[in-house]
Amino acid sequence: MGVSQASFSAALFDPAMAAPSGLVSGPEGRRFNVYRNNVVVSLTEALKTGFPVIARLLGDENIDGLARLYLRTHPPTTPVMQRFGDTFPDFLASLDQLDHLGYLPDVARLELALRRAYHAADAAAVDPAQLAEIPPEKLANVTVTLAPAVQILRSDWPIHAIWAYNTQPDAPTPQPGAQDVLVTRPGFDPVPDLLPAGGAAFFAALQGGAPIGTALEAIGTPDFDLTRALTLALQGGAFTAISLTE
Amino acid sequence: MSNTMKTMTVAASVAAALGAMAAAPAHAQAKEKCYGVSLAGENDCAAGPGTTCAGTSTVNYQGNAWTLVDKGTCTDMKLPAMADGTPRHGSLDALDRDLPKDA
Repeated sequence: MGVSQASFSAALFDPAMAAPSGLVSGPEGRRFNVYRNNVVVSLTEALKTGFPVIARLLGDENIDGLARLYLRTHPPTTPVMQRFGDTFPDFLASLDQLDHLGYLPDVARLELALRRAYHAADAAAVDPAQLAEIPPEKLANVTVTLAPAVQILRSDWPIHAIWAYNTQPDAPTPQPGAQDVLVTRPGFDPVPDLLPAGGAAFFAALQGGAPIGTALEAIGTPDFDLTRALTLALQGGAFTAISLTE
Repeated sequence: MSNTMKTMTVAASVAAALGAMAAAPAHAQAKEKCYGVSLAGENDCAAGPGTTCAGTSTVNYQGNAWTLVDKGTCTDMKLPAMADGTPRHGSLDALDRDLPKDA
């Protein structure tokens, strides 16, 4: 007698269900239970590995309970484990119990962005010397292509400070306030940099194909620190091509 | 912003950014790989507190367990519930949902 894949996977994620019939599973489905446990433990570990800051913010016991709820309500949709957790930020936002920790979903988005940057395609960054060759009066008309690893985040919360506080020794205690973050991958490892205010809108405009001058105008932040934004982009190898529009 | 202003702003910023690049090239690559979850996906029999515990627990999510939230670092930060400082509903009170059926 066979076992359907549907009944097998339904029983994997529902501990109240008996082991599927038709298995050679030993007394009371014990062998199936071992496998069922391995699936839950492995996915829990995968989630904690992918969201180490969320795990630290909530503490071990809470992240384990939360992970179990998540993996049973959002089982993996692809065999590629590095994509497990794509919906975790939205899941966190949906839980009433976590309402008082309003920053959690955005911190999870930052962690997801770091993971996406890590797995993004390789791309060679432009040599900054190419920018130096463009006549200064034409620089406002330059458009750029962003590297596949580049991730842009905007939050009402101090997500960069929270991330740093939980990953780096001696990082200061986060203070309230909105933060924009640019994730680049200058070598093999993603780097999240705090952008000046308006930075996420600026890079989103660049990503949409706007020339630097147009993007600068579009964000409507009068004292936007363009130098800082461009420095971070160049240091992170965020531009893979630049071209001059007339 | 006038076109002249814009042109000057961009030109000055690019020059300054290129200068900064010359002074401090790229991000140092000192860190080891630490993201990516492929390792954790291994079908590892040794993982977990016992051979069937987590997989066969019928208690998904204990509402009252959230008083334990102070085990993490989230309460160290004293961030207001709303980023702009406005208080918001919600507390660390125990919730009476999702309790174990036999409790």
